[in-house]
Amino acid sequence: MVTVLTGVRRARHVAEQVPDPELPMLTLADLGVLRGVGIAPDGTVVAELTPTYSGCPAMAEMRAEVAARLRAAGYERVEVRTVLDPPWTTDWITAAGRRKLAEHGIAPPGPAPRPASGPVPLVLSATRRAVPCPRCGSADTQETSRFGATSCKALWRCRACREPFEYVKEI
Amino acid sequence: MSDDHVYLSLAEEHDDGDARWAFGTGFEDPLHGVDTSLPAGVDAAELAACCLALGDDALVSAQRLAEWTTRAPELEEEVALANIGLDLLGQARLLYARCGQVDGTGRDEDAYAYFRDAGDFRNVRLAELPNGDFAFSMVRLLVLSSWRLAHFGRLSASPDPVLAAVAAKGVKELAYHRQYAAEWVVRLGDGTEESHRRTRAALTRVLPYIGELFTAHDAREEVVAVLRQVTEAAGLALPAWRPLAGAGRDGDHTEHLAPLLAELQSVARAHPGATW
Repeated sequence: MVTVLTGVRRARHVAEQVPDPELPMLTLADLGVLRGVGIAPDGTVVAELTPTYSGCPAMAEMRAEVAARLRAAGYERVEVRTVLDPPWTTDWITAAGRRKLAEHGIAPPGPAPRPASGPVPLVLSATRRAVPCPRCGSADTQETSRFGATSCKALWRCRACREPFEYVKEI
Repeated sequence: MSDDHVYLSLAEEHDDGDARWAFGTGFEDPLHGVDTSLPAGVDAAELAACCLALGDDALVSAQRLAEWTTRAPELEEEVALANIGLDLLGQARLLYARCGQVDGTGRDEDAYAYFRDAGDFRNVRLAELPNGDFAFSMVRLLVLSSWRLAHFGRLSASPDPVLAAVAAKGVKELAYHRQYAAEWVVRLGDGTEESHRRTRAALTRVLPYIGELFTAHDAREEVVAVLRQVTEAAGLALPAWRPLAGAGRDGDHTEHLAPLLAELQSVARAHPGATW
């Protein structure tokens, strides 16, 4: 069955399919940064994006790509807005997004730390979250650096299959 | 972008002819599309001063962190320090954009970063001191990230929704920065005789500067508690300190800020408005 999407559903579908510039196996919908798509009374398509990290350099690229794809889909007037509140957390990554990350050898994040109302506690003990190897599934892994090639990833390695891997760290 | 691989797509010609991955000055407004109206009852001048001070702390810190690139003990540490700097740079961009909306000048982020002189900056002096050795940089990062985390936690409830959102986002990033610095201070303090000596010297050097971080709605207790927790785990006593006179928040800076800004600003000033 072929479903023909029309109106705002079609516009939303177009925006949802834009790949993330730094994790191109994910769409913006998988990543959870597309907060909404609507059509204003004057016909302008308004898409709302939220940044992952404050300094994420991909934000401008995402914004430009969403606008370009919507225009290519025939929407003449397009506006992409930034939404800062509520802040993005890795919990916004969808189940499909997590599966795609793992399929591409990137360990998906666990549950994000709960927003604290008081001071954020500092834990200095060595206990860390266990991150299973996305390649062989072993739990015998270790962190090599909490900061990786992009803001959202840490570097890990598996001691069973000896392969390094990236891990989308909880935020 | 049509490729599966991001690097291939970077080389792709964009049909609208813009060079999106080659930014110079002239960034897009990082607050584009955000509702930037000022709520009733918020003092615009006070809000602008707050955003400026926090933006300047972040920009100057990001520049110092970037200086570690190619000089840190290991590649992983360079990546970490550059990432921390990038987070702070992102925070600075949002804060400058907000400042320009509420201080009545309408300036953009570049005007704040590139076209002000040292006396116009409102960062704390601790941020501008040269990097020193790795121990000094880690102790400084511990202090600055602990304070910023505590302060941003409070600002998440700011009556200005833009500042509140910027702060709430920053809290998540700063928790990682503090964790990184704290673990290094413990490792260095609890390491060799030499690393212990250097870390103790760094604490003695940093502590006199912390007074200017604290203001009326203060995070002093929270920050000092973190410093005690970390120094205890590191086998270091938290030494007593006497606050230094003067305050970067009033534009009273050390001799180290002007050369830092000269490097940061030289290209933008030599070629105002250039893009590439």
